Order: sequence, then C-alpha cells, then structure tokens
Amino acid sequence: MRRYFGRKLSIYGLTFFVAVTVNWMIPRFMPGDPIESMVARLTMRPETVEPMREYFERFFGYDVPLWKQYLNFWGALLQGDLGTSVWLFPRPVTSVIMGSLPYTLGLLLPAILLSWWAGNKFGAIAARNRWLDNTFLPVGYLLTATPYMWLALVLAFLLAWQFDLFPLAGAYSVTLRPNWSWTFVWDLLRHWFLPFATLFIVAFGGWAIGMRNMIIYELEADYSRYLESLGAPRRLIRRYSFRNALLPQITGLALQLGAVVAGALVTEIVFSYPGLGWVTLKAVENLDFYLLQGVFLFIVAGVLVANFLIDVVYVLVDPRTRLGMQGRAA
Amino acid sequence: MSDTLPRDTTLPAAEGVPAPAAPAPRSRRSEFLYFALRNPKLWIGGLVVLFFAVTAVVGPRLTDYGVQEYVGPPASPPSAEHWFGTTTFGQDVFTQFVHGLGASFIVGLLGGGIAAIVGMTVGFVAGYRGGIVDEVLNVMTNIVLVLPTLAVLIIIAAYLEVRGVVTEAVFIGLTSWPWAARAIRAQTFSLAARDFVDLARLTGVPTRKIILGEIAPNMSSYLFMTFILLFGGAILAAATLDFIGLGPTDGMSLGLMMNNAVLWSALQLGLWWWFVPPGLAIALIVGSLYFMNVGLDEVFNPRLRTT
Amino acid sequence: MSLRVEDLRVYYQTLEGEVKALDGVSFAIADGEIMGLAGESGCGKSTLAQSIVRLVPPMKLVGGVVELDGEKLPIDDFEAMNRHRMVGVSIVPQYAMSALNPTRKIGKLIKELLGARGISYRAKLPELENRLQLVGLPREVLDMYPIELSGGMKQRVVMVISTLLDPSLLIADEITSALDVSTQRAVAEMLVDFRDREIVKSMMVVTHDVSILYQIADSILIMYAGQPVESGPAEVITHAPRHPYTQLLVGSLPQVGVRYDEQPLSGIAGNPPGLIDPPSGCRFRPRCPFASERCESRPPLVEIGDGHSVACWKVMEEEDARV
Repeated sequence: MRRYFGRKLSIYGLTFFVAVTVNWMIPRFMPGDPIESMVARLTMRPETVEPMREYFERFFGYDVPLWKQYLNFWGALLQGDLGTSVWLFPRPVTSVIMGSLPYTLGLLLPAILLSWWAGNKFGAIAARNRWLDNTFLPVGYLLTATPYMWLALVLAFLLAWQFDLFPLAGAYSVTLRPNWSWTFVWDLLRHWFLPFATLFIVAFGGWAIGMRNMIIYELEADYSRYLESLGAPRRLIRRYSFRNALLPQITGLALQLGAVVAGALVTEIVFSYPGLGWVTLKAVENLDFYLLQGVFLFIVAGVLVANFLIDVVYVLVDPRTRLGMQGRAA
Repeated sequence: MSDTLPRDTTLPAAEGVPAPAAPAPRSRRSEFLYFALRNPKLWIGGLVVLFFAVTAVVGPRLTDYGVQEYVGPPASPPSAEHWFGTTTFGQDVFTQFVHGLGASFIVGLLGGGIAAIVGMTVGFVAGYRGGIVDEVLNVMTNIVLVLPTLAVLIIIAAYLEVRGVVTEAVFIGLTSWPWAARAIRAQTFSLAARDFVDLARLTGVPTRKIILGEIAPNMSSYLFMTFILLFGGAILAAATLDFIGLGPTDGMSLGLMMNNAVLWSALQLGLWWWFVPPGLAIALIVGSLYFMNVGLDEVFNPRLRTT
Repeated sequence: MSLRVEDLRVYYQTLEGEVKALDGVSFAIADGEIMGLAGESGCGKSTLAQSIVRLVPPMKLVGGVVELDGEKLPIDDFEAMNRHRMVGVSIVPQYAMSALNPTRKIGKLIKELLGARGISYRAKLPELENRLQLVGLPREVLDMYPIELSGGMKQRVVMVISTLLDPSLLIADEITSALDVSTQRAVAEMLVDFRDREIVKSMMVVTHDVSILYQIADSILIMYAGQPVESGPAEVITHAPRHPYTQLLVGSLPQVGVRYDEQPLSGIAGNPPGLIDPPSGCRFRPRCPFASERCESRPPLVEIGDGHSVACWKVMEEEDARV
C-alpha cells in the first residue's frame, strides 16, 4: 500500500515540478518579448509605464544568472507569490485567482460528480434494452463529440435568449449585492444553471457510453456466464457487472479531468461566468502573462490533487489493487 | 490486461461455436471488407466525415468572397445570396465555414498523425524493450497524461505572437499522445511474448525491424483505430484553443468563428446562424469518427459481431 | 433414469448459415452413473454440455427433448430453467478458473447466491465447510477474494459451489484439460467421490481425453460431427471399440509400454467436416478407411451388445454375418 501511494505521489510530484519548470521556461525561451508586449499594452496609462517595466524586469530577473532566476521563481512560488496582475493592476495574481476559484469549483464539482453518477446509471440501463441502446448509442457519441462552448451557445440562445427562462450572462444580476438572502441565492442558482447544464450534458454522454461498453463486456465475462449457469437471478448478475464496470470508470474519471476542466473554461467564457475560464480569457486579451501562468499552475495543482483523491477511492473499492499491494496474491 | 488484449486478428469465432469450415476459405482481407460493407456504423460515420471533407475541398470554390471581406448587409439571416447569413460586420458565414472546415481537417490529420507517431514510438519501444527503458518512458507518459493538456496549450500559445495552423497541430500532437502510448505499450507487451517474435529475435533481426515488420503489422487495425480517435481529439482540442482566442493568427477556423460570435455579441443579437454551423460540424465530424471506430472494432473483432 | 436426451438438435445461428452442432443426439444416464462424453474439438460435446444448462443465442433449440428424473427440462426457456439450475442440473464449466466474481469474497458470493433462492447461508455453512474439506480447502477461503487463490483452488471452489445444492446431474466440462497430470488424477478422484457420497446423483464428464474417462467413467459416449457414433460401458469402448472413428480415437492415445520411435503415433487423417453443410449419410465417411457406397445413407445407432451401440454399416454387416 505504501509503495503504491509512494509511486503515485512521486509521479504527481514530478509532474508538478515539470509544470512549474515549463511555466518558468516558456516566457524566457519563446520567441518574442513578453515584457515589451505587456508594457506596450499599457501605454494608454502613461503614468504606470515606468514602474511596470521596472517591476517586470525585476520579476523576470533577467539581471541574475539563469539558475538563480529559476530558484527565485520557486522561492516566490512557495510563498504563494505568483506576481501581480496586469489586467487588474495592482491586485496580486493569487487574489484574482482565489476570487474566481469558487465559481469554477461550484460548476465543476457538481457537474463532474452528477454526470458521472447519472451517466453510469443510464449507461447500465441502456445496455439492457436493445431499442434504447440503438437510439442512445449515436446520440451518446454525438454528445461526447460536442464542443462544450457550442452546447453552451445553443443552450444560451434557446433557453436564455429565445425563451428568456434563464439569465444570459454573469454569476448574479448586476442589480444585486452579494448576501445570503433568498433572493440572492435564487438569483445565483439561476445564473449557475445553464453553465452547469452544459458541462453536465456533454460529460454525461461520455460516462453513459463508457458504462454501456464496459457493462456489456462484464455481462459476457466468465463470472456472469457461471452465475447464469447456476440460475442466479438477472438482478444479481447485473449488480455484479455494474459494480465491476464502475472500477474502470473511476480510472476514467481521473483521465477525463483535464477535458472537463477545459470544458468549464470555455463554458464560462460563453456565459461570462466569472470563474477561472473567464479570467483566462481576460488574461489572454490583456496579455496578462502572470495571471495566465498563475491560472495554469492552479489548474495543474487541482488536477493532481483530484487524481490523488481518485487513487485513494480506487484502492478502497477494488480488492485486487488492495491485495496486490500487500503481496498476498497467490 | 490480457483479456482486453488481442483485439487484433487472431481471435477465433465466438467461443464454443464450432468454426464453420467454409468450403473455400475467404481471405482475411476480403472477410474484413465483407463485414465492413455490412456495418452501418462504419459506413454512416464514414459518409458523414466524407461529406464534410468534400465540402472543405469544394466549398471555397463555391464562394466568391474572401474570408474577412465585408460583402453584404450586416447581421442578415441565411438567404439565397448568403447561404449561412452574414456576421455583425457583413462577412459571409458560409465562406468562413468552408475555410474553417479545411483548417479543422488539417489540424486533425496533422495533430492526430503526430500524436499517433509519438504514441506508437513510445508504446512500441517501452513495450518491446521493457526494463529501465520502459520505466523511464512510463514515467514520462504518466507525467504528460496527468498534465491538463489544454492548460499547457494555453500557456504555450499565449507566448507565441504568430501562430499558424501547423504550429497549433504540432503542439496538439505533442501533448495528446500519452493514452495511445499506454494502450500500444500494453498490446506490444503481449505480442512481444509470442512465438513468432521470439523466433525473429533469436535469428538476430534488429529491434527496429522486429517492431516494424512483426509487431506493427499484427496490430495494424488497432493502430488505425487509435489514429481515428487521436484525429477526433485533435479537432476538438484545436476548436477549444481557437475559441479562447489562441488559435492561428491568420486564416479562419471553426473555433475562431465561435470566438468571434461570442466577442461580437452574436448571442445578444440572436445571430444563431453565426455560431450554429461551426460547432454542429465539429460535433458531427468527431461524433462520426467515434462511431466509425465502434464499427471498425466490430469488423476487426469477431466477438463483437452480432448476428 | 436420471437424464434422458431424445433426438436433441441445437444449431448455431451465424452469418454464414446454421451450424448444426447437435444433430439428433440421444442417450441416457442412469442414477449413480458417470457417463463420459468424448470426441474431437468441434464435435458438439461442449455444445451438448452447455445447452442442457444454459442455452443462449446464437445457440437455438431446433428439436428434441431433455428429461431429468422424468421431468421435461425447458432448456430453451432461459427464465424457466432457473428453477432447475444448480438443483436439478449443474455445471463445472471449462473456464472454472475465471468463473468467480473477482470483486466478491467467496463466502459473500455464495451467501448472495443462496439468498437469491431464499436459502439461509448460516444454515448451510456447516455443510459448506464439510464440502470444502472434502476437496482439500481450508474454511478460510470463504474470507478470501478469488485473486488470493491458485487456479486449482479456484476450480475446486467452483466444484463445491456447483454441487452445493446436491444436483441430480453434474456436468463437468473439460475440467481436467488445463491441469497437469497429477492434478488431473486428483480432480478425477474428487468427481468419483462426489458421486460415491451421493452429493450428485449422476454425472456427465465431457472431455477430449479418453484416458481420463477410462479411470472414472462407467459408460462412454463418442460423438462425431454433432452425432453420437458409439456408446457403451467404459471397458468396452476403451478396449473393444467397434466404430472406425472410435478405434482411431482410442488408438491415437499413447499406450504404456509402446516405444513411439518404433511405431509412430497415428493421428486421424483429415479434418472434421464443416457443420453448416455436413456430408450426407455417415459423417465420418470422407475420413473413414472402410467407407463404401452404403455409407451414403445415414447409419442408425444400433445396439449390438450389452448396452453397446454403434452407428456404422460395416459393424452391422459383421454382426449380421455372425448371427
């Protein structure tokens, strides 16, 4: 068990190390001069140009040797210092990200968990009904192939613009001040629903297809055939197959995280929902490289933590990994 | 792992069924063709992809307008003159669409192709060599696998001031290979243990020749299916990147069309004809590729054929 | 009479056409009898074993009757068969090593299996532990996952589960093929033990290996291309077979005391026929060294001695000549 987690953790640690290094390298070794482009952006505010340029030079630390620049970068990072945002100057990047993180997590967590749960249930049902299966299969593949932003656009157009059932943009109405009143919470939920639904629907298709394929495989497995030969009721056989088919779906969850996060980013952009995706768009538009790099590191760290949590869950539910790790297998 | 493995051609007919000894045994190639032509998933999917590919090639010749040219009344709905309507600035949406379609296919083929080559190389070498080489490649694969691809692409693209379709495809290809490498490694692992590979190794055939001559041909169907999935994945990745505004700085793409539509208030103005075609085309192309893949699996893997 | 099979026909539906895997099979197994069923692979013996327990597509029942203890088995009605499975007829499948759900502890699996039939696991536990002991397994296996057992142990667990409700008929499908010779012997003895202790009333042992049948079977049925060609007491079939196919099949077994560098092992020349469009008349005709014109019509299975039946024109002629 310790060896298994040790191995996993070292991979994640190494990945984080690589991510930080890439993050440090890109601005230094890519063609073009990010400082120039950032400063050029700010000529409309002449009074800030000089301090900004100075700040950038110092931050990138071009005056010290490369290895020192690299160490300084890590030093700042470990103190939680990701630099200052250009777009919202002089707010620190960490504070900008912290302000938008709750919105992204509020979309992602329910969307991932609910779509996984519902998709698996539905996939298992589809697998046992030929008609449902034949109808669902093409629809399911189409859903997984749908770009998140497009579904977001279509839902926004139909449900917000055409029928005016939901608000079109933002996290809450501009006329309201954030507070814990029912009016505000209701307003928050109404703004949350369409972006959530977008993430849910696309991800749902993928999970349902995955479960359908896995469970058909499990229902054909030798242990299912043996149970049938023993006259076990269908209910029992399906329960076993479902449970066993869930295991690869848990691994799949880890593999799909990156894609769902990407989906959340673009969905937020469509709905001007003030999470990390919207911040990313603003950073790209304003050439705010610190902010962009900060978002990148946060996403990487988040995905790594989630991966580790999934590993823990997997070990808890699959006896085979558990036993294999303790070396008890015959 | 072994039960998912030989998805290649060596599986006998469904278990327990006595092999029907056909009077004149059909060759394997024509047997595939036989099942391929009778697999609706395969040909329906193939037709959809083909339709869009033809549109991408022929489309630009059907329109007299430039991609960014202001040619008509702004924000007008589809008409005989402008099949897909016009943008807020009066650009022709159909013209943009067919050019964007072309870009998607280029990114898909190139990006998917590069990812397939990297994935195969890593997978073959890791699976065949084993030992320390395998360990190192495995760690590398795992690192790239858990890194959120799109976040990496965003960072890289943001620092590139000039971006072309090819650059985009290369970067997508270089970040999307890990799962393919993993799958191919597992397949290679089982093939490397077979007698005919052993024989080749014993007779002193060089590693590269064994991989290309003995192992790759024996999983060609699997490799082809891997490429199809990578192809679809590259199209989706490019669309996402373009949508954030980090796509090619010149030319048109389907993702960029949706990006423009959002930036210039197509949603607030109700210009559905601007953003519906590009996303629908992507969903149909990629969905059909996935669907074809299921069909191919059934053709290559007799166990899945339904009677 | 424990099992009676009358003119059973089971075909496989395939794209190329119907594969006539069982084409008119009749036999019976008496109470307390162990019947061996042998033939080359593809002769239909595994299809016979499966179709009595679990007849699913692409298998299709085309005709015939299967009776167990005088009651007709609804073998083509999947749900109705559940009442008979495990209680009336049970199987130890070919794939016994992978037949257990990998994510359930063995005890829990048995508990849920019994629970589905409304049988209390607790009440059955002493007997279960008895049976485990009988096959040489400690009771601790009940608290283990299948991954913790060796292949042979898994197979013995499956033998215990399949026979737990004392079925009238146990079908053992190629259960010795994956084992080494000494384990084969142990497993074969366990089967006999199960019958002697009246845990199962009768048994059908399916194998391609006639030598194992000689050790344990009371009677043997030889099949060729979906049809029975010869049946009789084990002693007679192994030492005095009459059908040319049986003679070749038994003759292809290595004999003790014969040096095969002096006398090469003779396989049976040729391949079994395709079963989509099998040859008319005697199906062994194309490979038979004694085939004559008469063999173009199908020979009936005729009793020529005490419980010994053969389907061959040549044998019938010889018998006629003797009388």
